[in-house]
Amino acid sequence: MARLIVYYAHPGHKYSQVNRLMARAAAAVDGITFVDLNHDYPRMDIDVDVEQQRLLDHDVILFQFPLFWYSTPSIIKEWQDLVLEHGFAYGSGGDQLAGKRMMLAVTTAGPEDAYTHRGYQHYPLRTFLTPLEQTARLCKMMFPAPYVLYGALKAPKTGLAEAHVAGYRQLLEAIRDDRFDFDAADTMDIVQVDNLPITMEA
Amino acid sequence: MDGFLLLAFLFLVAGVVAVPIASRLGLGSVLGYLIAGIAISPLLQQLHVDVVSIQHFAEFGVVMMLFLVGLELEPRMLWSMRDKLLGLGGLQVTITAAAIMGIAMLLGQPWSIALAVGLVLSLSSTAIVLQTLNEKGLMKCDGGQSSFSVLLFQDIAVIPMLAFIPLLALPELAEVTVAAGDHAGEGTHGTLSLVDRLAGWQRALVTAGAIGLVVVGGTYLTRPIFRFIAVARLRELFTAFALLLVIGIALLMTVVGLSPALGTFLAGVVLANSEYRHELESNIEPFKGLLLGVFFITVGAAIQFDLLVSNLGAVIGMTAGLIGLKMAVLYALSRVFGISGADRWLFTLSLAQAGEFGFVLLSLTVASSVIPVALAEQLLLVVTLSMLLTPLLFIIYDKLIAPRFAKTQTREADEIDETGSVIIAGHGRYGGIINRILLSAGYKTVVLDYRSEQLEMLRAFGVKVYFGDAMRPDLLHAAGIEEAKMLVIAIDERESATELVRYVTENYPHVHVVVRAIDRHHVYELWNAGARDIIRETFDSSLRAGRSALEALGVHPYDAERQVRGFVINDREQMFEMASLYDPEIPAHENPEYVEGTKRYLERYEEAMRGNSAAFGSRLDRGWVPPTLDDLEAEQGSGGTD
Repeated sequence: MARLIVYYAHPGHKYSQVNRLMARAAAAVDGITFVDLNHDYPRMDIDVDVEQQRLLDHDVILFQFPLFWYSTPSIIKEWQDLVLEHGFAYGSGGDQLAGKRMMLAVTTAGPEDAYTHRGYQHYPLRTFLTPLEQTARLCKMMFPAPYVLYGALKAPKTGLAEAHVAGYRQLLEAIRDDRFDFDAADTMDIVQVDNLPITMEA
Repeated sequence: MDGFLLLAFLFLVAGVVAVPIASRLGLGSVLGYLIAGIAISPLLQQLHVDVVSIQHFAEFGVVMMLFLVGLELEPRMLWSMRDKLLGLGGLQVTITAAAIMGIAMLLGQPWSIALAVGLVLSLSSTAIVLQTLNEKGLMKCDGGQSSFSVLLFQDIAVIPMLAFIPLLALPELAEVTVAAGDHAGEGTHGTLSLVDRLAGWQRALVTAGAIGLVVVGGTYLTRPIFRFIAVARLRELFTAFALLLVIGIALLMTVVGLSPALGTFLAGVVLANSEYRHELESNIEPFKGLLLGVFFITVGAAIQFDLLVSNLGAVIGMTAGLIGLKMAVLYALSRVFGISGADRWLFTLSLAQAGEFGFVLLSLTVASSVIPVALAEQLLLVVTLSMLLTPLLFIIYDKLIAPRFAKTQTREADEIDETGSVIIAGHGRYGGIINRILLSAGYKTVVLDYRSEQLEMLRAFGVKVYFGDAMRPDLLHAAGIEEAKMLVIAIDERESATELVRYVTENYPHVHVVVRAIDRHHVYELWNAGARDIIRETFDSSLRAGRSALEALGVHPYDAERQVRGFVINDREQMFEMASLYDPEIPAHENPEYVEGTKRYLERYEEAMRGNSAAFGSRLDRGWVPPTLDDLEAEQGSGGTD
């Protein structure tokens, strides 16, 4: 059993169409830890000691958030700035997180074809996520392919949202039960509901 | 009675007229008083007033001044000054006295007279120098501190001098000895003396006992006495007690043959840590000022002009020589002790005169047949004239020296600015928290509260709080409002807070005022009075209570937080809008404009809520509302798809 923690951040969660359902699903999965950062820290006063202990207590750290201006909601940045201290997460003696995995579950408003060199966002999604990828690398953590839903605003109408939420639940359970094939995921750019690298047996 | 009133009237008129003129001309108050004294001296002669005995009485102002100086000095600070005190002070007195003695002997005086003259003239004027340094705000700089050290040493050195000078008596003068007058301020030969008939060791024992009494009494007795007095809640009782304290100590010191100035200074140092420090200070201050004023007037009035005219050359020559010699010694010492820049010149110029102790010692020398009367009278003129010239030396410092060192001076001013403290009026549930926050951030605070019971408790927990009513300007002054950066008004009396805001914003515009408001209308009153940093006392806790309630009702904590933030913004907006309509003279509900304004605002508020417009709370969440599909279309259009 992998120890999994899900950090969820969405300051406008009451307007959310997909992330809120994903969060609800994640909170309902047994045997994993679910944290709503905006709930725990409504005034952003992040408790560094508590958070570092949480990191030590888990093997897979998953951030679930909507893409805001090609980045995370601000509270995740605040969390990174404070919790990933040198001497703890990086720098001299900072190898406490070595060998863990830092994974993302991201939704974007723009459609898939926008995130190409020819699309109106000009870059592939992974390019926008490189700061997070490098953060993981500096902390000696692995960075598996992120679980992505493009066009989240249209998704509820097409039924894709429902599928994405269901896939999210399967993903979390698979990671928990060591059935998620991280090696296979490493060969992929992004993970989506229709190509989840999940095996039946651990 | 008539005589007394006339005399008081004369002195007061002279002071009230001359001092403002002198101050306006940049001459300082001391010179103003001296000139006033010179101006009224013919009148005083006509009235046959005994100027010298008034002077002895007014010398008590010096005693009070040293008490006040002591109050500003904590024992720790005094201890850290010991090198300067003994080294600088000791050398100044010894070298100056020796040099004057040498010159006097060269001029043909016998050694005993020369030594007495040297001792008399080595002292400087504590009254003039401290008063001027305080007035010009120079006490805190290196030059001021060094000057103070020397003056303090001199005040202490007077005691052995008083004992020593009679031993220099010349037999041939003894026959013409005039009976010694008693001195209210100084002198071991007063009418009251316990120690005259005691042996040396007994004398030492009594002296030590008296000092012990001052220290122990100051430490353990003042507090219960103040508490006892506070029960009566009468302002004048505090004044009476403060005077009683100073006069009592002065009397005790006189009785055991010590310097009253030294004794009250010691008492001041002992009480410097007490919570009643500022209360004592504000009570004694006016008496000190008046007595010193009278003292300076008498110095001016006592000049014997006929004698001066007949000995003009000699007196002026001696005065100039004395000032030059003292300056040379002071300058040399300042080099040795590393006092540099403008401070060196301040030190050199400020202490170049002879002082009021010179008067005391001179009358003693005459009384104990040490110096012939004629010489003593000439020396008296020299002392007076040198004191009269001191303000001019300070003017030289101000006009010629200080500007040259202006660069270093401004840097020092900045340093003082940094240590500028925060005054907190009221140390209840509100002020106490502010004090703790400021202290933990490393700021210096002066806390004033007049509830004596509260003070005892706070002192027990190690919180430094002073007794006093912040509503009194003199107490604010004693607490250092001139140099303060900030005043926090944390008292819970509505009118008092408003009045205090008005007083401080008008008189000390540089002081930032943070004030506790009782309610919304009080906010408007405080705003009208000039406050700009107004905090409603229960507003923030009510907000937190509201937020807690929302959370307990199941609202997501972040949503509750934003809801409350929205409320704050709306509330503040409304308050700004209504502040201009509020008239403190009219109750809110009888003010038609105010009522109209409130109605208008509420209408707008409801409309916004119904129409879900961007106004008010909802705009807080605008950033988190996801874009619509239309927005998405527009977004795609704006990005090129080359």
